[in-house]
Amino acid sequence: MAKTRSHKDLSLTNELDYQYISKPGISENLIREISAYKQEPSWMLAKRLQAFKIFKSKPTPTWGANLSGINYKKIRYFLRPIDKVAGSWSEVPKKIRETYQKIGIPQAERKFLAGVVAQYESMAVYQSLQKQLEKQGVIFLDMDTGFKKHPELVKKYLGTVVPTADNKFSALNTAVWSGGSLVYIPKGVKVDIPLQAYFRINAKQVGQFERTLIIAEAGSQAHYVEGCTAPVYAADSLHAGVVEIIIKPGARLRYTTVQNWSKNVYNLVTKRAFVYEDGIMEWVDGNLGSKTTMKYPSIYLLGTGAKGSVLSIALAGAGQHQDVGTKIIHGAPNTSSSVVSKSISKESGRTSYRGLIKIPKNVKNCTASVVCDALLLNKNSRTDTYPKMEVYEADSGVTHEATVGQIGADQLFYLKSRGISENEARNIIVQGFIEPIVKELPLEYAIELNRLIKLEMSGLVG
Amino acid sequence: MSLQISNLSVKVGSNLILKAINLEIKPGEIHALMGPNGSGKSTLANSIMGHPKANRIAGKIILDKKDISSLPTEKRAQAGVFMAFQQPVEISGVSIRNFLRLALLAQKTQFKLNVFQNELDKQAKALKFEPDFLKRSVNEGLSGGEKKRLEILQLLMLKPKYAILDEIDSGLDIDALKTVAQGMLRAKRMGIGLLVITHYSRILKYLLPKKIHILVKGQIVKTGSKQLAEKLEKSGYQAF
Repeated sequence: MAKTRSHKDLSLTNELDYQYISKPGISENLIREISAYKQEPSWMLAKRLQAFKIFKSKPTPTWGANLSGINYKKIRYFLRPIDKVAGSWSEVPKKIRETYQKIGIPQAERKFLAGVVAQYESMAVYQSLQKQLEKQGVIFLDMDTGFKKHPELVKKYLGTVVPTADNKFSALNTAVWSGGSLVYIPKGVKVDIPLQAYFRINAKQVGQFERTLIIAEAGSQAHYVEGCTAPVYAADSLHAGVVEIIIKPGARLRYTTVQNWSKNVYNLVTKRAFVYEDGIMEWVDGNLGSKTTMKYPSIYLLGTGAKGSVLSIALAGAGQHQDVGTKIIHGAPNTSSSVVSKSISKESGRTSYRGLIKIPKNVKNCTASVVCDALLLNKNSRTDTYPKMEVYEADSGVTHEATVGQIGADQLFYLKSRGISENEARNIIVQGFIEPIVKELPLEYAIELNRLIKLEMSGLVG
Repeated sequence: MSLQISNLSVKVGSNLILKAINLEIKPGEIHALMGPNGSGKSTLANSIMGHPKANRIAGKIILDKKDISSLPTEKRAQAGVFMAFQQPVEISGVSIRNFLRLALLAQKTQFKLNVFQNELDKQAKALKFEPDFLKRSVNEGLSGGEKKRLEILQLLMLKPKYAILDEIDSGLDIDALKTVAQGMLRAKRMGIGLLVITHYSRILKYLLPKKIHILVKGQIVKTGSKQLAEKLEKSGYQAF
């Protein structure tokens, strides 16, 4: 059931006190208002203001996808829980409403995803999960609540993996961040159930400048899942999230994302993990939506024996550019990494793989493998690969394979000879192509993803 | 009731490959089509299945009195025609089990999932596949013999009315040949009419075809009984 806003909620704020807060455009005043509204300590305000200066001083990057369409003045940088993204259900684009119906999203959830309601009642499953986690000492909270409850933890780690000045969008995020998750797994604790932000679905979660911090203490294990396969409607066209992950010795973390922003959104995300001795980091990343995505989940292998892997899939339809990849730095001996990237371009869609594998001199006995497979569905579809290998140590094993393919006439004839129609045959081939990634997703995501790709393939969704 | 090829002439590109072919296969019958390289055997198989490059310029293909000559490939399959490929195609990431389920669904065959699973396991075992084989991707990384046995597994699961098997016996060792032939005999007992395209008579010793047709330069030059295969063994196609 969706909650509607109550008088009590309204009475908490006074519209007159906040003249900038929900208006488009960014300014020092806006940042002060956000910080005041959230009742933050002064160090956080100082951090935000410093970040804003850095944001202003850095030009919009031009080395990747075309970002010239971003109009920073027209974006709303902060939404209070009482500010609805879309005014009413009828303002939500028809295609998005139809997609919700076709992939079977419950009515109440649809309105939340489309931004018509700001809160979506937490499911019972989340509440019982929360109790179980508390017993284990696990923190799994939205970042706003997490920061209030555990300010020292946030202060200790925030910005240590992705510094404010890392890039223009990490600076922007630091200036106006809201929402995201705070996750802390104590030493030796193994969390069996995936920590799914999906179950903790509320406006704070799908903020466009969310900040996520995950700390996995020594020997701990967890799987964090963010996003959802249903298209998330955003009236404002910029999403700049930052995710920082710290994996202590012997810990293991998997971070799964399925991103399906509406097709007006610039999705510019900085995700990075530091991995210490014998730790393991796994990124599983699916990119379906947005107008333009630039996202390169990175792994810094900082302790002997650390391992990292990146499994990613990108789908680009008409007008979309998915510029994705990874950066893996082998900063310690005996570290290994593996990258599997699959992309599908249809119509005028474009996918790019942009990757860096770095093994510095004197870092011995490292192995890295990169596999990039691209599937082009139409003549005017496009894919590019920019694999960079900076290997300065001879004692390393590095492999790279890349393939670009199309659906072959012989494959189609074979499937049709079994009674399968052309559309269904194409669909089967595409689903087979992405299967190595899909099988790594939690079941309900895998099912929704397959259903969604089928919809995309049949051209029913724009 | 029959699969009837009537006066069929086919071009591939600008070359006339098949010239006025006539053939009729009844349910449960096995016919063999033999001929030298380049005689048009594979083109005939492709024409019956509706390959886009096989350009029918005259004649008809009639399935149980229904003219399927102009139907697209998948509609011919749905009507009851099956083709075992000389070179089966790889479909990466699609398990054999799932593929067969999807094919049956596409053919709008009514089936219960557990009945399907049980039958598939049984048929796979009879074709000497290990239980885990069905989890593998369709034809991906399979040996030549496994691919051919998989074509027969598909035949037995999809249960068409008529099947054309294009060089199902090529590249098989003697044990695999026997397994494949036994599978084809099970298909015959189900009432499926089979057209077996081959270079060699060795598989015919197991199949005992009702008729043997000799195709030379796009024409059926001779139709006869199994003695015809023996004659071929001795003197080759020169005699025709």
